[in-house]
Amino acid sequence: MAEGFLERLKSEVLVCDGAMGTMLQARGLTGGACPELWNKNHPERVQEVHRAYFAAGCNMVETNTFGGNRLKLKGYGLEKDVADLNYLGARLAREVCPPGCFVCGSVGPTGHFLEPLGDVSREEIYDVFKEQILALAEGGADVICIETMMDTEEAAIAVRVAKENTDLPVIATMTFELDRNGYRTMMGIDPVTAARRLTEAGADVIGCNCVNGPEIALGVLQEMKPVTDRYLMAQPNAGLPQLIKGETVFELGPEVYAQKYPVLLEVRPHIVGGCCGTTPEHLAFVVKLVKGINS
Amino acid sequence: MGSFEEIARALIVGNHVRVRELTEIALKEGTDPQEIIYKGLIPGINVVGEKFRNNEYYVPQVLLAARAMYAGMDLVRPLIAKLGARYLGRVVIGTAQGDLHDIGKNLVAMMLEGTGFEVINLGSDVSPERFTEEARDKKAQIVGISALMTTTMPGMARTVEALKAAGIRDQVKVMIGGAPVTQLYADEIGADGYARDATAAVAKAKELLSLV
Ligand code: B12
Repeated sequence: MAEGFLERLKSEVLVCDGAMGTMLQARGLTGGACPELWNKNHPERVQEVHRAYFAAGCNMVETNTFGGNRLKLKGYGLEKDVADLNYLGARLAREVCPPGCFVCGSVGPTGHFLEPLGDVSREEIYDVFKEQILALAEGGADVICIETMMDTEEAAIAVRVAKENTDLPVIATMTFELDRNGYRTMMGIDPVTAARRLTEAGADVIGCNCVNGPEIALGVLQEMKPVTDRYLMAQPNAGLPQLIKGETVFELGPEVYAQKYPVLLEVRPHIVGGCCGTTPEHLAFVVKLVKGINS
Repeated sequence: MGSFEEIARALIVGNHVRVRELTEIALKEGTDPQEIIYKGLIPGINVVGEKFRNNEYYVPQVLLAARAMYAGMDLVRPLIAKLGARYLGRVVIGTAQGDLHDIGKNLVAMMLEGTGFEVINLGSDVSPERFTEEARDKKAQIVGISALMTTTMPGMARTVEALKAAGIRDQVKVMIGGAPVTQLYADEIGADGYARDATAAVAKAKELLSLV
């Protein structure tokens, strides 16, 4: 099944899902709670989100395991549950995944900085990702999706872990903001440097996610494309969240998001999707746009 | 004296070894520890904040500079305490529940400390209950809350409510900050003050305790 995935990218654009976090919040996940714990305590609500994205026409969904690494789960006293929560996350998606669609095991950043800036060594980060990625593979993920990375070194280690310990295809995306120097991650890394490093590390698909809207995603992919021979992916978010009367509201509603999306398709990415603030409604529009290209 | 400038410069480039050395030398020469803070460390970290805002610096440079500031502060702090200098006030500070962004909050904490406040740093992801307990137990005059995400800002409002529920709202001033926070939001949730950066935070803290 995994091989089928890369094969498909040669001839068609696939659509990945949109947000999980903000969808779970809409189903009662509160600020201080651990999203990954819902794989155990509220599996039906997690599956409901997956189902909604498949129903909207998405070809692949990401597991609810973004923060499922030991270093992050420790913050909730759940560092012993890494294997369980990731395995369950992959299983939940697997169970509702229609034939011909794919389950992507989501792997987010650890939230720690590598030595000498921070307090974790490369070996430790390797182990941390290994624990998570093995559980995702065991739970039935078709693809490993390393995402929202800001440090190329951390991302490259995660890619290596996936490549050395599984035979699944690997996606690696990073998040950039547009500032006065151009597109940069918070660590100051530009798309060209990121693309080179992720390519070298062995990722099969590279790109950006959680960038502020489709135009930014377009800009990032345009810079990455000339320096890589890998498939490209983009998952822009629905703009910046604002707190209005106690409710988190995202700038781009489904219609506006859809209006802005076509420019991104001009670079001919191989996988597109959404991120924070997007919903199955947003993705239904993307599916429609992509159908136009695929036919 | 060139040494204050040198300390600032070493801090700006994130050279903690050099900051420690220069601070040691200055102290050996009998420089007033407070002056090292006001004329060396604080001007240095202010430049770093400015560079971050202007995209000249990114997070790695800010972290290195913060570490350099700590290198200086760690030497100076015990001396100030020994001088028996009276603290300007006691501040309990932390980031809102669910929020792990602590770089800015730590800068604010350091600056407050550098200006003579006693600071109890609760770290990140602090629940309203914990803020309230600590404020009560430590008899703090100011509760400082930082939030960097719109999703964690409501934790600030809940903390204000928790302080009320515990009956100590009128004994503490609540000061809030963080990139998405505004004066408007502070008014909305009934906080006493907002400040946009660490320097303004110090001024605000003094204002709240009527020290200016
Ligand atoms: C560094 C960073 C991180 C680091 C944090 C490391 C750490 N130990 O702090 C890491 C990688 C862990 C991280 C993680 C995440 N982050 Co982040 N992160 C940032 C980033 C790039 C910089 C923040 C920073 O340190 N600024 C530097 C300091 C010096 O500035 P400051 O914090 O604003 O503080 C100053 C003032 O605000 C003020 N101040 C601060 N606190 C206080 C308190 C008081 C009382 C007062 C008076 C003043 C005051 O004084 C300070 C000094 O001048 C911002 C984007 C940006 N460019 O701002 C995103 C950002 C804050 N992160 C964001 C997000 C979404 C996340 C994640 C959810 C990403 C993810 N998908 O995993 C996670 C969440 C983790 C969590 N649960 O908290 C979003 C928030 C969006 C929103 N508005 O809700 C931002 C804005 C990026 C973006 N554009 O999307 N992040």
